[in-house]
Amino acid sequence: MSQKQEEENPAEETGEEKQDTQEKEGILPERAEEAKLKAKYPSLGQKPGGSDFLMKRLQKGVRGTISYPLTLEPKGMGPVEQKYFDSGDYNMAKAKMKNKQLPSAGPDKNLVTGDHIPTPQDLPQRKSSLVTSKLAG
Amino acid sequence: MAGAGGGGCPAGANDLQWCFSQVKGAIDEDVAEADIISTVEFNYSGDLLATGDKGGRVVIFQREQENKSRPHSRGEYNVYSTFQSHEPEFDYLKSLEIEEKINKIRWLPQQNAAQFLLSTNDKTIKLWKISERDKRAEGYNLKDEDGRLRDPFRITALRVPILKPMDLMVEASPRRIFANAHTYHINSISVNSDHETYLSADDLRINLWHLEITDRSFNIVDMKPANMEELTEVITAAEFHPHQCNVFVHSSSKGTTRLCDMRSSALCDTHSKFFEEPEDPSSRSFFSEIISSISDVKFSHSGRYMMTRDYLSVKVWDLNMESRPVETHQVHEYLRSKLCSLYENDCIFDKFECCWSGSDSAIMTGSYNNFFRMFDRNTRRDVTLEASRENSKPRASLKPRKVCTGAKRKRDEISVDSLDFSKKILHTAWHPAGNVIAVAATNNLYIFQDKVN
Repeated sequence: MSQKQEEENPAEETGEEKQDTQEKEGILPERAEEAKLKAKYPSLGQKPGGSDFLMKRLQKGVRGTISYPLTLEPKGMGPVEQKYFDSGDYNMAKAKMKNKQLPSAGPDKNLVTGDHIPTPQDLPQRKSSLVTSKLAG
Repeated sequence: MAGAGGGGCPAGANDLQWCFSQVKGAIDEDVAEADIISTVEFNYSGDLLATGDKGGRVVIFQREQENKSRPHSRGEYNVYSTFQSHEPEFDYLKSLEIEEKINKIRWLPQQNAAQFLLSTNDKTIKLWKISERDKRAEGYNLKDEDGRLRDPFRITALRVPILKPMDLMVEASPRRIFANAHTYHINSISVNSDHETYLSADDLRINLWHLEITDRSFNIVDMKPANMEELTEVITAAEFHPHQCNVFVHSSSKGTTRLCDMRSSALCDTHSKFFEEPEDPSSRSFFSEIISSISDVKFSHSGRYMMTRDYLSVKVWDLNMESRPVETHQVHEYLRSKLCSLYENDCIFDKFECCWSGSDSAIMTGSYNNFFRMFDRNTRRDVTLEASRENSKPRASLKPRKVCTGAKRKRDEISVDSLDFSKKILHTAWHPAGNVIAVAATNNLYIFQDKVN
């Protein structure tokens, strides 16, 4: 209720708070920031701690390389998660993002497509060769 | 109030003067995501320092023995071992990637010649054994030095192998893999003082494991509501008490901390103690809950106190008093007037860690612009220091930094608007016995030591 008052009559609020300026001085910046945010995103829900907000946090996991424009959705606790339809979709998206081919196991192994049953050695690795950490360099 | 530092106060006999010691990592501007350090942890003796990164790798540094012939390498940390702890996985059922980023490393107390540590990513915890090999057997009876089997008919005499010294080889091998116990992302692991069990916590649940048993764990806290629409808070961190093997704490996104006693019931959904600082309801804003979310909780070495880190402050709590903290230290109060932009760039969700000094007399936590803050609990003084390559001359003293909020900026001060929010110090560690600190600045690891008193 007090928040609603603030939005309508910010000047009045400031007047009332002069009684206890010591304490409120620390709070006014926060309220001012809140007003700024509401001005930018008027559809933002009152309470950020709602279940939608937390649900986004629970689902975060994928490297947020795809960023969506800030829409009416409540803000998550980090990058928006990207769900993939299946592993093929995921691999395509990764390949596109990194702008390079999936690592192949070698020139002759490229011929392994439908001719015979592939062995684990023939399959491309999910990740290219693992580099030693630069901290150990 | 902002950046109130030690500048101007005469240095006391017990004042620590931090000096640059070492920096590890690449200098290049272009930081590969895999190189971002995600956890730093000293072992129980402080001789070993482990780091984990987003690429799933662990690098362990070992402190050099102080050597009279090389006095300048006073307790330097050099690479001891490095290995790939976790690899990226794909959850085919949920079509989600499981990051290989190491969220936490916790050392086990040393019980024999080998060292053990637990490392975890979002879903799987692994127990790693790090052992040294400095001898090699030579003169086998049945095989040659290069390993080829000798022709049995040519063997006419018995030869007993003898042990010969060899160059030190440090091997890391995974001894246990604790998997498939967490639906949500693991944020904490903590080894119990009984040295037999440990806990792992995700957003909604905490599990208790035995170090020897990988195929089952006990669920000791379950915060998942029957209806997910009713979800109001998540678990953000958890830790076992350093001495009482039945006690642990877990912190929440709502700024509360619960202490649980495993003797009272098998499922510790109901807490034994509830730590929350009452909030003035009239001061509540949109940001209140977000900035009250506790990003880290740590018991003091004494076991008497615990420390919680929320977005703007660090609070020290006496375990005997739940109503309010005994100390509150402002980390970067000047950010309160920047919350709107910090929300927009997601920085408001950054999870800063905090740590105690070995004697519990001081606490440390990170901030932005590669600044980190130290609070001396005895003298009540605090200081802001910076981890940067510019201050990286050997044994160069670190100069206290100051952030100014007003229009009048003094020389050497930095204004709030000039702070680099991409340079965040989330992970710091303090040597358990001495005055050595490790500070992770994105992809670089800084080690600072105090000048010999």
